Amino acid sequence: MTTLTFEDFKPGRFGTFGPRRVTREEILEFAGEFDPQPMHLDEAAAKRSMLKGLSGSGWHLCSVMMRLLFDGFIGRTASLGSPGVSEVRWMAPLRPDDELTLDVDVVEARVSKSRPGTGIVTFKSTARNAAGVALCEMTSPIIVRRAGVAAER
Amino acid sequence: MFFYEELEIGQRREVGSYTFTAEAIKKFAAKYDPQRFHLDEEEGRKSLFGGLAASGWHVGSVCMKMMVADGQRLIREAIARGEKVAVWGPSPGFRDLRWIRPVLAGDTITFSTGVESKRLSDSRPGWGILQSRSIGVNQRGEEVYSFRGSAFVPLRDPPA
Repeated sequence: MTTLTFEDFKPGRFGTFGPRRVTREEILEFAGEFDPQPMHLDEAAAKRSMLKGLSGSGWHLCSVMMRLLFDGFIGRTASLGSPGVSEVRWMAPLRPDDELTLDVDVVEARVSKSRPGTGIVTFKSTARNAAGVALCEMTSPIIVRRAGVAAER
Repeated sequence: MFFYEELEIGQRREVGSYTFTAEAIKKFAAKYDPQRFHLDEEEGRKSLFGGLAASGWHVGSVCMKMMVADGQRLIREAIARGEKVAVWGPSPGFRDLRWIRPVLAGDTITFSTGVESKRLSDSRPGWGILQSRSIGVNQRGEEVYSFRGSAFVPLRDPPA
């Protein structure tokens, strides 16, 4: 499989990835370890919460989006990691058995000033459920090696 | 947990420390972020990180874990004193999340969170919205992680 480099990322729609189902068991397991708030763990408390029913942790949703990005293309990209995330908007709750797809756009691609052998590609990723409702939007830069540059890694 | 009225701008609170073991780093990465430098010591050493590095989402999730545990301690203390308990609502999102330095196997990160600003919610009477800045510092005192978060916080005395 060819490895994707900086040159492969041009502004515009890059692709749609998934689907991936997130089960109730997975929601409870993640929340139990990282975000044990009643709205993510307990059906009755969740019904009384602002989200009106059991919902996955937002950090779980972001982590699943990372996995969709990895399986979609980052796993075969000369990625050197990411300096951070510009913005995440949690727009609608993640529900048990939601089947997620991820729309990925390249917002910007520029050569790094500090590391000329690399570029910084900024992605906007939108996770949607099966009904097409946007659950989360994430804007994040990733550092990608340029083609023809010796592998510094 | 604090009610909206009790949140003071500039208030900062240490919420807890966590040591990232190689085992926990690999377990999280295998599920959610199986990039080679998060799964294998040798690949980590060869990468920009210089060692087996935790996924940034692992670091973010552990910060959440520490914040929730701290909130639940405050709730237990309020119950023990017979006080009214503030149950916070969900978060609309965050900004400016920075993975400043790698978190490597064996690192212990101490997380703290501070109040940057607060305002009453226009759409949900009885609720305010908190803007916070949370950071993680390693055992050498270096800042490794930060983000600006927001959350719905209930009013102690909601309008009738």
